[in-house]
Parts: sequence; C-alpha cells; structure tokens
Amino acid sequence: MDNVIRRRTLGARAARVTLYAALLLAALFYLLPLAVMLITSVKPLAEITPGTLLALPQEPTLAPWTKAWGEACTGMRCEGVGVYFFNSIAIVVPAVLISTLIGALNGYALTKWRFKGSELLFALMLFGCFIPFQVVLLPMAQTLGWLGLSSSRAGLILVHVIFGVAFTTLFFRNFYVAVPTELVSAAKLDGAGFFRIFWRILLPVSAPIIVVSVIWQFTQIWNDFLFGVAFSGHDTQPVTVALNNLVNTSTGAKEYNVDMAAAMIAALPTLVVYVLAGKYFVRGLTAGSVKG
Amino acid sequence: MSPSPSMARPADGPGARRSRAGTLHAWLPKLVLAPSVAISLFFVYGFMLWTFILSLTNSRMLPSYEFVGFAQYARLMTNDRWWVASSNLVVFGGLFVAICLVLGLLLAILLDQRIRQEGALRTVYLYPMALSFIVTGVVWKWLLNPGLGIQAMVRGWGFEEFRFDWLVDPDMAVYTLVIAAVWQASGFVMALFLAGLRGIDDSILKAAQLDGASLPRVYWRVVIPCLRPVVFSAVMILSHIAIKSFDLVVALTGGGPGYATDLPATFMYTHAFTRAQVGLGSASAMLMLGGVLAILIPYLYSELRSRRHG
Amino acid sequence: MVSFDKTTLALTTSLAAAVTFSSVQAAEVEVLHWWTSGGEARAANVLKELMEAEGYGWEDFAVAGGGGETAMTVLKSRAMSGNPPSAAQIKGPEIQEWGELGLLGELDEVAEAEGWDELLPPTVADVMRYDGSYVAVPVNVHRVNWLWANPEVLDEAGVEMPTTLDELFEAGEAIREAGYIPLAHGGQAWQDATVFESVLLATGGTEFYQQALVDLDEEALGGETMVEALETFKRLRELMDDDMSGRDWNIATSMVIEGDAGMQLMGDWAKGEFTAAGLTAGEDYLCAAAPGTQDAFTFNIDSLAMFRVEGEEREAQQALARLALEPTFQEAFNLAKGSIPARPDLDMSEFDQCARQSLEDFQHTADAGGLVPSMAHGMAVRADVQGAIFDVVTNYFNSRDMAAEEAAERMVNAAQAAL
Repeated sequence: MDNVIRRRTLGARAARVTLYAALLLAALFYLLPLAVMLITSVKPLAEITPGTLLALPQEPTLAPWTKAWGEACTGMRCEGVGVYFFNSIAIVVPAVLISTLIGALNGYALTKWRFKGSELLFALMLFGCFIPFQVVLLPMAQTLGWLGLSSSRAGLILVHVIFGVAFTTLFFRNFYVAVPTELVSAAKLDGAGFFRIFWRILLPVSAPIIVVSVIWQFTQIWNDFLFGVAFSGHDTQPVTVALNNLVNTSTGAKEYNVDMAAAMIAALPTLVVYVLAGKYFVRGLTAGSVKG
Repeated sequence: MSPSPSMARPADGPGARRSRAGTLHAWLPKLVLAPSVAISLFFVYGFMLWTFILSLTNSRMLPSYEFVGFAQYARLMTNDRWWVASSNLVVFGGLFVAICLVLGLLLAILLDQRIRQEGALRTVYLYPMALSFIVTGVVWKWLLNPGLGIQAMVRGWGFEEFRFDWLVDPDMAVYTLVIAAVWQASGFVMALFLAGLRGIDDSILKAAQLDGASLPRVYWRVVIPCLRPVVFSAVMILSHIAIKSFDLVVALTGGGPGYATDLPATFMYTHAFTRAQVGLGSASAMLMLGGVLAILIPYLYSELRSRRHG
Repeated sequence: MVSFDKTTLALTTSLAAAVTFSSVQAAEVEVLHWWTSGGEARAANVLKELMEAEGYGWEDFAVAGGGGETAMTVLKSRAMSGNPPSAAQIKGPEIQEWGELGLLGELDEVAEAEGWDELLPPTVADVMRYDGSYVAVPVNVHRVNWLWANPEVLDEAGVEMPTTLDELFEAGEAIREAGYIPLAHGGQAWQDATVFESVLLATGGTEFYQQALVDLDEEALGGETMVEALETFKRLRELMDDDMSGRDWNIATSMVIEGDAGMQLMGDWAKGEFTAAGLTAGEDYLCAAAPGTQDAFTFNIDSLAMFRVEGEEREAQQALARLALEPTFQEAFNLAKGSIPARPDLDMSEFDQCARQSLEDFQHTADAGGLVPSMAHGMAVRADVQGAIFDVVTNYFNSRDMAAEEAAERMVNAAQAAL
C-alpha cells in the first residue's frame, strides 16, 4: 500500500515519531501483566513485597519453576503441574484434530454443495457458539453418564469437539466461500466425487485457515477450566485444573513466585503457538476467513 | 451405500454411472453435515429445551420435575442481584465490544504504516488472547489492587495523591472487568482488522489519494466501509467472549465488592451449582439466552441480508 | 469401655488387614475433598495411610477453590452422570439434601459396631444422620466465633484483648492510632457473613441468633435487634482497610501474623495459619471468643458423606468411615486444621490452649445452651437461604447508602424467597 505517512517533511517526521510512540505505549500496556508474571516467577519469595511488582529480582532464581513443575503440592499429591501438562496434551491434540477435520468438511459441504436449507443449517450451528457453557454442564454430565464416558478422557474430548465444531465450521465456511467455485464445478463435471474434490482441490489451498482453526481450538481447549474440572477423573485432570488447585491452595506465606511460574508453565504452549504461528494466523485471517 | 434395486446395474454405461454418482453427490454433503447438525440439535437445542423445562420446575440441588410454572421467572424479576448482573452485562458488554473495536481498528491502522518490527509488535498485541484468565486473573488482581499494584507503585514514585482503586469501589469495579477484557481481546481484533486492511485492493486507495483526499479522509470514507465484514466477524467473536466472561469475573473480582460485578453467567453458575437452586439458575440462563438472541438475530439478519444484496 | 473398644478395633483392624492383604486387587475409595492446603493435606494423608495399612486403596480427588464451590460443582456433575465418588466432603443440612435425593449409603453397621451414638456428641450426631441412619462421618468441630490478635500490636496500642463489642471498637481506635490496621478482613461474601454472625450473636444473644438465622423467624429477621446488629456490623468496616475487597482469608490472617494488622474475626481454621508460621498460641498470638460471645459456640463441622456404592468399594467405604474417627487421624487432622476432634474422649494434651478452650466451651455450651450452628458456614440453613442472606449481608456491607432498616427488610425477603 502506498498510503503510508512519508518521511519527507518535518511534520511528517513528527507524525512518524508519534506513531511509534503510540505503538510502543500500546505494547507496554499489553506486556505489563506478562512482565509482572515473568519477573515474579524468578524472584525469591522474600523479594515479593507490595508496590514492587516491576522491580527486577535482586537474586534471580529458577527454584519456583522447578517447584511448580514437579514438586508443588495440591491435596496429597506433590507432583507440581508437570503431570497434568501431559494430560492436557492428551486431551487437546485429538480434540483439535477432530474438530478441525469436521469443521473443514462442514465448511466444504456448506459452500460447494449448497442445497436448499444449507444456509439455515449453518445459522443453526452458528448459534452453538453462543451457548454459555455453564448452562450445558448438568445435561452434559447426564449425557456422558448415559454414554458411559463420565470422568474419562474420551468424554472430555467429545465435549470439546461438540462445542468446538460450531467455530471451526464458521471459519472454514467463510474461507471456502472465497475459493472460486469454477474449479469445483469443472471437477464435478469430470465426475470427481465429494471427497476427491475436497482432497484434491480444497484441502491443498486450506493451509491458512487450518492454521487459524487449529490455533483457535488449541487455545480454547487448552485454556478450558470448567469442562476440565467437571468432566475429568482424578487422574485425567488438565493443567488448568492443577493450576487452579495450586493457586487456590496456600498455607502460611503464599508462594506467589511458584503460582506465577505455574501460570507461566500452563500458558507456555499457547504462548509458543501464538508467537511462532501468529504470522500465519494473521495471514490465514487475511486469506478470507474474515471476509465472509 | 448399496445401490437401490430400481437403479441400473453398475457399470452399464456412462449415463447410469452419472445418475448413480448424481444421487451420491446429492446425498453425500448432507450425510457429511448430518452428524454436526445432529450434535447441534441435541447438545445445543436439546440442552436449551432441557434448561427451559428445568426453569419451570422447582429443581434444587439436582434436576427434578416438579413443575411450578413461571414462578422461577417471577422470583428472578424481584431479585436485586439479577438486575445488577443484567445491567452489568449491558455496561460491560457494550463498553468491551466498543473499545475493542475502536482500539483494534486504531492499532491495525497504525501498524499498517510500514512499521519496523511489525511482526514483533503484532505478536505483543496478540498474545493475551492465548492466555486464560485462570492464568492472568491473578496478575490483574495484583495490578488493580490499590495496596499492591499500580496505585502503590505510582505512589511509590512520589505521587502520594494518586488514586486508582476501582477494584474495591462498588461503583467502578465493573470497569476493571472492561480493562482486563479489553487487554485480552483487543489485540485479536487488531489482527482481524489488519487482515482486512491487507485484503483491500490498493487501486481503490490510490484512486482516492489521487483525487486529493487526505489520509484520515481516505480511511474514514474508503477503508473503513470496506471493513464492514471484519466488523461483523469481530462483533460476533467479541459478543461471544462478553457473554461467556465467567473466568474473568471469578478470577478478578469474584463478583465483588458485594455482588457489584456479578454477570448473568456467574449469577447462573452460583445459583445452579453452589446454592442448590437449579430451577432459578435455569430461568436466568433462559433469560440470558433470550437476551443474546434478541441482540444477535436482528444483527445477523441485517448483515447477511445486506451482504447477499451487496 | 473405651479400652475394650480399642482392643476390638485393633483386632478387627489386624483381621481386616490379614484378609485384604491376601486379595490381589485392593478395594478402593475415591474421596472428593477440598483439603488442599499444606497442613490439611498432610492431615488427610494420615487417613489415607490408615486406609492403606488395611490394604485399601485411596484415590485422591482434591479440587481447591472458593471454599469448596468448585468441588461441589464437580460432585454434582459426577452425581448427574451416575458416577459419584465413594465419599465426599459434604456438611450440614446439605447432607440432608443429598440424602433426600437417595444418593447416600447408610453406615449403621459401622456406627453400631463402633458405638457412634455414645461416642459422638448428640449435636454432631444429628447432623450426620439422614432418616435415622448415619450417612456421614464427622472429622472435626470448628468454632467460628473467634477473635485472633497479635499481642505486640495490642501492646503497642496499649489495649487488652476486647471482650465486648464496645471494647472492640475502643481497642480498634487505639490500634489505628498506633499506626496499624485494627481489623484484618477479606471482602468476600462468606467472610462478611462470618463477621456478621458473630456480631449478631454478640448483639442479640444465642436465643435471638437461633430465631433469626436458624429458624428464620420473620420478626427476629426484621426486628430492632437485627437493625442494631446490622448497624454495628457496618461500623466494623471503619476498623478495616480499604484494600480488603476480594482478599483471601488467609492473606488477612497473615496480616495479623506479620504485625500489619491487630486483630481478625475468623473461625479457628485461622490457627492452621498461625501454626504453619511457627507461632505459639498464647505467646505469639492470642485467641479469645469473639467479643460478646463468650457463652456461645457457633459450630462448623466438616464431614465425609458416603455415597451409595456396591461390593468391594462399599467395604472400603465402611472402613473409611470407621478410620475417620480413629484417634490417630482425629488428632493429626485437628492439630493441623485448628479445630477440635469430633469425639470428645480424646487426650487433648497435644493441643494448644485455644483448642482446649474450644473443647471446654463446646461441652459447656452443649449443656448450658449456647451451642448454635454457623449460618455463614452452611450449618444452619440450606444453601439457597444461606446464599440469599449472603447477598443481603455483603451488599449492605459494601453499599454506601443502604440503611440498616432496608437491609433487615431484605433479610426477611431473603428468608421467604427461598421457600
């Protein structure tokens, strides 16, 4: 784009400085909580006093991190959040993959194989995005009981897939709308089948939106607490539940540094995903998912 | 997928194959969609219906089916806390969506000026979306706590009169929710708008600039109207976040001071799960859903309609 | 009698151990609880070890947060799915509610074999029974109406431990003048209610407390004594700091420990914090009945309710019920929790003076009247009424302009709304 503020005149240069100042100020606002978390997590407990949230540690230490990962106690178990971290992975990976796949097929069917009422079906499914999860807690518990999946990992994965499909369908549908229909029509005339067209034509161009869908689902499911606490067994609890237990458990001096380290550990996977894939995320959104 | 007897034998000729394929083609998309639609019908609409039925009962700790008509709704109407929660949602939701849109758009436009280190800045703006409030709630609680956080810090710098105690002020506490929620979601909205800006055809802008329009004018008259679909997506996602803001309230204020920062989601949860009033909780959930519908359906309708014509 | 019981107990214990050790797969109990803080968890671990010594397995399902709110959500979800744990930390009238749903299993055999009827004080036993049968086992008795203080702060302010509400306000003023926060408090609904019920008890006495917060008598709830109690309660706010909103109770306690604040009105679980900080009762910190409530005892009993389960799990569950009243566990658990054992026949020599006073007051008030259930801790009324009262109390306490009369009126409505 050419509509940039150019560096020609003095005024324009001043505008440029203001621009950077504004952007940096905003960056500070966004970074503040993370900075506090990070700084606190490497401070010895004695250095954590009121009004010194942003003071750098005098004697930096990694002890809170090792404690949060493998030693901190919740209840009778003193194994930190490490074990639960892997529980989370075992739940998130299948749930993200399944919901993304279903969303892709749905989006494809809704845009390239339109039929009477397909828009209505889409609108119906879209509403699933807006149901508050607290509302479904009890009926879901009962349903999982009927299915014999209560307190199991499979049950929790199922729940995440069910309430994730609405979003993934929305993403893929909006993306596929922008993919030219001519190719698909031509392939149909050649007698290519439903899945063949999906596999050969749609899927190869789907990389950007798959990134968007995976990031979104990964973040949502990884950060979920409510379903995780209500539908998991004592040995399949996700990391957010462990974190909640840790943060809400204290005797004597509250170990803020360990709490913060645990919070950082719990947040690390999503943070890494956003930092590494953030570029593709924006690119994926550009590629059409937001254009509808 | 066995062929029906009325169909021609397989591989008899191209015509036959096409007709069979045609039937399959007609049915496969629907078959593929069927599980999702069924899931949606059962787990979203079925559960809503179930919740509605419960709202007509006097269910206490667990669901029971002793019907009391609309008594739970009547009780809700006389419940002061419910009204506080509802008006909080209006204030919080309205401010949250509006500020996120404005801030997101502003940041996106600023970031779209060929900025050095754009990638790094973008990541910084975007990362809060990656965190859950279980994680960041504790930090925000610190930052906003007058005795520990920003107020104490600024006072420590020598500004003894500095006040920033919204968190403990019943009239202002709801705005702390807005601050934290905007912090979390505005970067995401920025990314949406940035994506939208990148998608705008350069030639339109060039033409406008050649006409001598000033930069702000170009943005106001040409660029922003192009972003309408982005606004639509953003509003959908933001209202989804606003309605579901549950973790945020629990982590940041616990609904307090008093119940000054209660939202319908926390109201529903508290009554259904900790106060053994599943009936009343269900009634509040139905009203909440009704409110969502009342706002979303006209919006969805007008947006989808105008796009079809546009 | 006691020694005989102990012999049979030992005998059955070793027998059970012999039997279960021979079996390949041990029966397990799954226990849902929110004893997650360090001391509590260590104490609960004693029970786990007792179970394991008899060859039973213990699956620990601990869910922290919100005074058990999250754990209750999990429990309801589990119950709805037809898969409840073997035992869960449930207390007070809520035990009755679970009983009414037909989800609890009875413990009458164990109770009879162990002589619970004689062992447990009648007040405690009543809470544990549903429809005449024992369905839960008590693990402790907390006293809620306590005042805790830092003696150094009191000395510096030149005041004694207050014994009346007037003295409390005077002491508070002196402490403030000495440069400390008079009363440490956390602005959460249940903490507000905890302070409120002690003030109400001091203002109106046991009988009034019983009428208002247990029987929900309209005249008591809306009457002048209530207005007076509410006004006094609101005045206490002046003794607290401005940053209290949302503060956890143990942070407030640590303010007393650190010497930032002079006093705290809190149940005796606060003692767990003092103990964990290595302080000695009577020297490093002081305890006394909440001002004006010397002749009363608001109790809060933690208990494990047993869900209806079958076969081996039931066998393990019965063992759990028996072991929960075992002296070793009762002593270890209550030393850590700050409460007193649910069975009054134990040797109290290990306990500090606060706990001994608590036991003495418990027995005294049980005989003379004055033993009342705590409303703030779900022992007096059902969860819906309790919640409605919480709303009124916390809203009034935090509101700038609500009159006590209006709050009292709302109190009456709160009691009605839940019917």
